[in-house]
Amino acid sequence: MTIDLTINGEARRLDLDPATPLLWALRDGLGLTGTKYGCGIAQCGACTVHVDGEATRSCITPIEAVAGRRVVTVEGLSSARGRAVQRAWIEAQVPQCGYCQSGQVMAAAALLAGNADPSDADIDAAMSGILCRCGTYGRIRTAIRAAAQALRG
Amino acid sequence: MTSTTHSRRDTLRGFAAAAGFLILGANRAGAVLLPGSYVPRAPFEDGAFSPFAWVEIGPGGVLIRYAAAEMGQGVSTALPQILAEELELEWESVRVAPAPLGAAFIHPRLRERDSAGSRSVRFNYEPLRRVGAAARQMLVQAAAERWDLPVETCAAEAPGRVVHPASGRSLSYADLADAAARLTPPREPRLKDPARFRLIGRSLRRKDVPAKVDGSAVFASDVRLPGLLTATSMQCPRFGGRLAALDEAPARAIPGVRAVLRFDTWFAVVADGFWPAKRGLDALTPRWEGGSDIDSAAISAKLAAAGGSGEATLETRRLGDAAAALAGSERRIEAVYEVPYLAHATMEPMSAVARVAAGGCEIWVGTQRQSVAHDYVATLLGIPRDRVTLHETYLGGGFGRRFEVDYLGQAVLIAQRMEGRPVKLIWTREEDTRQGFYRPATWNRLEGGLDTAGRPVAWTHRIAAQSLLQRIRPYALRPNGLDVAAVEGAVNHPYAIPNQRVEWSRVDLPVPVGAWRSVGSSQNAFVTECFIDELAQLAGADPYRYRRDLMTGHPRHRAVLDLAAERAGWGTPLPAGHGRGVAAAECFGGWCAQVAEVEAVPGGRIRVRRMVAVLDCGLAVNPSIVEAQVESAIVFGLSAALFGQITVAGGAVQQTNFDDHPILRIDEMPRIEVHILPSHEAPGGVGEIATPQVAPAVANAIFAATGRRIRSLPLALHGVV
Repeated sequence: MTIDLTINGEARRLDLDPATPLLWALRDGLGLTGTKYGCGIAQCGACTVHVDGEATRSCITPIEAVAGRRVVTVEGLSSARGRAVQRAWIEAQVPQCGYCQSGQVMAAAALLAGNADPSDADIDAAMSGILCRCGTYGRIRTAIRAAAQALRG
Repeated sequence: MTSTTHSRRDTLRGFAAAAGFLILGANRAGAVLLPGSYVPRAPFEDGAFSPFAWVEIGPGGVLIRYAAAEMGQGVSTALPQILAEELELEWESVRVAPAPLGAAFIHPRLRERDSAGSRSVRFNYEPLRRVGAAARQMLVQAAAERWDLPVETCAAEAPGRVVHPASGRSLSYADLADAAARLTPPREPRLKDPARFRLIGRSLRRKDVPAKVDGSAVFASDVRLPGLLTATSMQCPRFGGRLAALDEAPARAIPGVRAVLRFDTWFAVVADGFWPAKRGLDALTPRWEGGSDIDSAAISAKLAAAGGSGEATLETRRLGDAAAALAGSERRIEAVYEVPYLAHATMEPMSAVARVAAGGCEIWVGTQRQSVAHDYVATLLGIPRDRVTLHETYLGGGFGRRFEVDYLGQAVLIAQRMEGRPVKLIWTREEDTRQGFYRPATWNRLEGGLDTAGRPVAWTHRIAAQSLLQRIRPYALRPNGLDVAAVEGAVNHPYAIPNQRVEWSRVDLPVPVGAWRSVGSSQNAFVTECFIDELAQLAGADPYRYRRDLMTGHPRHRAVLDLAAERAGWGTPLPAGHGRGVAAAECFGGWCAQVAEVEAVPGGRIRVRRMVAVLDCGLAVNPSIVEAQVESAIVFGLSAALFGQITVAGGAVQQTNFDDHPILRIDEMPRIEVHILPSHEAPGGVGEIATPQVAPAVANAIFAATGRRIRSLPLALHGVV
């Protein structure tokens, strides 16, 4: 059974078991390894991608659930908002080991899409699902505020 | 990712030859490596020293190699930054890559290439300056010879040029590199005057950040190769147990599964991708036999019995006569402290890629123990070391877990049975949690005695714990068997107490233990820094002042403590229900004091509101990275203090994933303030220095806020989080 969807703006056809989690379709099927496996049960957020603009845990999302939908991964984060988040991440020198950072960046970009001026509580609510064992949380907050400010001009 | 191949061309004398060393593999990979059974062969062959092993200068720019594992601590920036300083380079134009495994890159004091003990900058600062200075002098000499001018009239200057100021002539390094590399390196390179530093001491941007923001950074889990297969494995959940039987059929029935492989204590499912491999694994019902049936209660009882009886205890610090001083003291106090096993829980589960073909092996791995990993694979396969090629990837977290090579051994043994095809092994999170090498659980009894003025005159501390060096570095055990790593943080507290006795009782238990960020200090500083607080309480003294007065002869301890107290506003009023706690400890050549501020919230719970840390790490090569490491160490310490524990039932670890083994989330983060003490001392440790103080500072703050003295971790066990 094949599943058609849009990934990073390109129409793609996946010929995989429809129960395959989107995470593994991206990583093993399409070679998009920026999206990470951390837990497999939506507890750590390393696998976060956008599905129709919403931050989504790809490790528990079967590909049949995203048929016909638009998926954006960190490799395809080309919107002005996404770029602003990545620039802010570099400016604040957020990453350490870096393994969780794709998920952090994707969650932050989704947050800013719906909230141009997030409060600390908004940031906590949007980001609390993305674990960072290196403890980059302080710089993540700094970077999100900076990206929001840059986008507001 | 950059490849590092061990070849003759790369083996250059310089950092000195590695002496023979004994390593112990975990036996997890199979029966090949049993503790104590493996002695590596001769060190890497020697060659001629050249700084140009470290620096590659070409028309496209300069590449600087770093001989350490980049696991987030910033060595891929800080180490090249040191070399670039002496070489007068512009930072933006420098590219970096991991160094190959030649003898040129192995530190003489370490004998093996590894990344542990907060040593990378601490041990390499001076050697890398010398490498950079040597290269600079050779480039200047090459230019002087080209111009036929006296060498002292020429100089190197940024960005990577040699100039002759009198005539205004200049040549780029790229034009000089070939000639310079043919010159004899200076025996005593002339180092720059630190007053002229342009790069060292500046928060230069990390070289690894852009790739970690756009998803292009390659971890072992991300390696892609033609014909790559993916495997996942499961080892007997019971410590020491074996695989008795396995019906492979249910896994083989799953589309995409290529093989089910059985080993002595574990099995693996190999498939076209991780998902079919995991489905295959989940479909199987292995029958295990043998192994331990111990549980956490029995472990605690054994530790307490050994510590309580004092049988076979080893004295590790003695000052005066603690027993007599205790008996003669005005007031006495005794307390028992316990800490649990802790898992590393790196965000990237254990992973490695291997290809075994044509009598050789290639591995792609993120490892904190590069020389051992390389050697281990050669031994495992029974092939010469020069047939093993190590490709270093980024590490998705290390913290001591990737100091082990068990997962790499599994990947190699799987690949050996897949007929030349490369295999990527990725553990499930559940396997990663259950099959760790845990920070040892410990039991501690302390006694303290005060004189009539409230000053401590006696201090005893007996630790009962497993030995971790026994497996990972047996040659580092003292002749009497003392594990020096197990007593770090207990033997080096800074308090001037005239009579002290610190002892360690080794307890053998089946739980695998290993190095966990800051190692012995991570548990011992909790114990000593809480107990000194108890003595202050008994004396009716302020815990900060009490510590300060006892820090005689420890100016660096006292300086960080004073500044932490000042920055935290120690002694200033707090809202009702709030409390401050302080802790100070030295670890791996760095000094740190922290003040925690907690708030008691309804329901008997507490929230950590603020952490103030002051670090003295000597000269901070890259202050931004140092600050990030302190923040990181605090978050790591908070996870452990609040929730961290691995418990055992039926001989197996009970925790499985982040749902039953939580780590700190962003909404649980206190405000963290980091101050780096300005210093011209030689660089000390950074990455692990600020973890030990967290738990005691928080526990002492809870006492200040609530009057409750907590003597075991995690705090969650006491209903406060």
